[in-house]
Amino acid sequence: MPLRDSPTVVMGHGGGGQMSAELVEHIFVPAFANTVLSGLADSAVVSLGGAKLAFSTDSFVVRPLFFPGGSIGDLAVNGTVNDLAMSGAQAAYLSCGFILEEGTELQVVGEIAQRLGRAAKRAGVSVLTGDTKVVDAGHGDGVFVNTAGIGLIPDGIDIRPQRAQPGDVVIVSGAIAVHGIAIMSVREGLEFGIEIQSDCAPLNGLVQTMLAVAPDVHVLRDPTRGGLATSLNEIAQASGVGIELTERLLPVPEAVANGCSVLGLDPLYVANEGKLVAIVAPSDADATLAAMRTHPYGAEAVAIGTCVEAHAGMVVTRTGLGGTRVVDTPIGEQLPRIC
Amino acid sequence: MKYLDEFSDPDLARRLVEEIRATVTRPWAMMEVCGGQTHSIIRHGIDQLLPDEIEMIHGPGCPVCVTPLEIIDKAMEIASRPDVTFCSFGDMLRVPGSDKDLFRIKSAGGDVRVVYSPLDALKLARENPDRQVVFFGIGFETTAPPNAMTVYQAQKLGIDNFSLLVSHVRVPPAIEAIMQSPTCRVQGFLAAGHVCSVMGTEEYPALAEAFKVPIVVTGFEPLDILEGIRLTVHQLEKGEHRVENAYQRAVPAEGNPAAKAMLADVFEVTDRSWRGIGMIPQSGWRLSERYREYDAEHRFDVADITTQESTVCRSGEVLQGLIKPHDCSAFGTLCTPRNPLGATMVSSEGACAAYYLYRRLDAPAKREVSSVG
Repeated sequence: MPLRDSPTVVMGHGGGGQMSAELVEHIFVPAFANTVLSGLADSAVVSLGGAKLAFSTDSFVVRPLFFPGGSIGDLAVNGTVNDLAMSGAQAAYLSCGFILEEGTELQVVGEIAQRLGRAAKRAGVSVLTGDTKVVDAGHGDGVFVNTAGIGLIPDGIDIRPQRAQPGDVVIVSGAIAVHGIAIMSVREGLEFGIEIQSDCAPLNGLVQTMLAVAPDVHVLRDPTRGGLATSLNEIAQASGVGIELTERLLPVPEAVANGCSVLGLDPLYVANEGKLVAIVAPSDADATLAAMRTHPYGAEAVAIGTCVEAHAGMVVTRTGLGGTRVVDTPIGEQLPRIC
Repeated sequence: MKYLDEFSDPDLARRLVEEIRATVTRPWAMMEVCGGQTHSIIRHGIDQLLPDEIEMIHGPGCPVCVTPLEIIDKAMEIASRPDVTFCSFGDMLRVPGSDKDLFRIKSAGGDVRVVYSPLDALKLARENPDRQVVFFGIGFETTAPPNAMTVYQAQKLGIDNFSLLVSHVRVPPAIEAIMQSPTCRVQGFLAAGHVCSVMGTEEYPALAEAFKVPIVVTGFEPLDILEGIRLTVHQLEKGEHRVENAYQRAVPAEGNPAAKAMLADVFEVTDRSWRGIGMIPQSGWRLSERYREYDAEHRFDVADITTQESTVCRSGEVLQGLIKPHDCSAFGTLCTPRNPLGATMVSSEGACAAYYLYRRLDAPAKREVSSVG
């Protein structure tokens, strides 16, 4: 796909949809040209001194900095830990870079650092190196954080989007769209009946629990920006399978469904921060689900669909009433509708 | 809001579909007026459940789709000014003007903000007295009252750095225009429930009588829509043409008197151009004389705008129910949500976008489209 829409960067380039993918494919991949990067997985998988390592980085620019269920510090740890976990790696070490805007209260920076440290401890990783830059007032948004991390992939584990096969079962680890609606509810001053807490969480423990019973997990993905729909489309396109979902099986909490309804958003496209989608062989599905449900971050795991030979590269859902519809990749960011 | 699932119960839906099947004896074409209804029909696959005899024709009720290109170009002209903070609902930002959209204005340094209420824009105006804050007031009778209220508040509070770029439209004149078209095929209407929750149903009996069409006020959840279709089919089969209210939980016959009073105070009825359709007499609102100083078009003097519509796009015919999105040669090829030629493809409620997003796997529409002029 060419970069069609704009000669300048627009917000959609960071939305995790088609525009983000184009930016990466047309500017970064050619500039850095190598085979590992062109795989475009959540983390790079490399061999170093005989060990198989996963290596990943992510930047965090969330507003507000503190929200129900988490903070930018929690996101900065969990985001990178989860990217590593999606290749089966147990995250070990993180780096952390802060970009601070002149005028930001040091108490705020201190609170974020505290929370980041606590999140690292909870995820079982150490923050070993870091960097701090300050930009002029008006040239940042308070605090931006970047983390990078490495982890070891055990022998015999081969998790990547290309491995999805027809017949495989699609599993999601719990309620979707929670983080995005939690952020919107505080950012825009909207209330949806009850306070919605972000699902921000480290998923490395859950992945280890899954691998203990089913080491041949085919694909893992944490559906963050762009939501479950984007992750499933990426998997369908990378592997060439079709994916068929059953809409009524999608776990969407009532308050989140209400929030989505008010804003005109589809929960399939809303961001998550503590959920994973797994594609497993049918023979592994029951054991994987049972194992996930023993873990606090997978207690509400549910099978939501299957991989099929039909409509290769596309995701389709069966609606609650029995019809079908395509679930497409969003272009940029989802936009709340007028009425 | 707590009961969304109740309005998409598959067993109840099946029973309604069975009753519709049992009632239908011949083909009927009915129009859902609102883009929100179109979106719901396609998203939930309601059209796939209906008997072949029933054709749903998608109406002009997508506020984003019918906003004229000229107003969108004016919005961009205003939003580009360095002293302006331009506020809009999210879905207007991606609508293409003649050569760009509001996202492009934002990326070039324009202060363009997504807000969830016009009152948020007024708040921005209060907090930033050195800036001109403009709200993009588009939409039907649903969004017009809160926008009217905002202008009323601005005047009451003496906030003079706020203005409204107005492109409000009214549903009844659009229904009249559709029925008067020599190519019209519509035999019944599902009226837009949220519009009626404001305006009530009093404007519709005259239309139902004049054009001998049933008009059923209908909501947006799957069961609401199926019930609207069921009642419309019953009337059509019996040769009746009444106004019925299938959305009584939200729509009192008199509507919302406070909202109507606010509309009457702040706006006055005017002729309006609809994108893809053209001028419809008495089909819009503009600020009344008392509030004219809050009209962004006057404040920023943007009269000299020239526009360039696509020559290929047939969205006007889609909006009038004359063709289905599949019938346009550009659909899915030259025209996609990524590269939209018309607003029906870019708006999340537009009929073309709904078909492209949800129905790409389907064969082109089953029925041949023909005019009956």
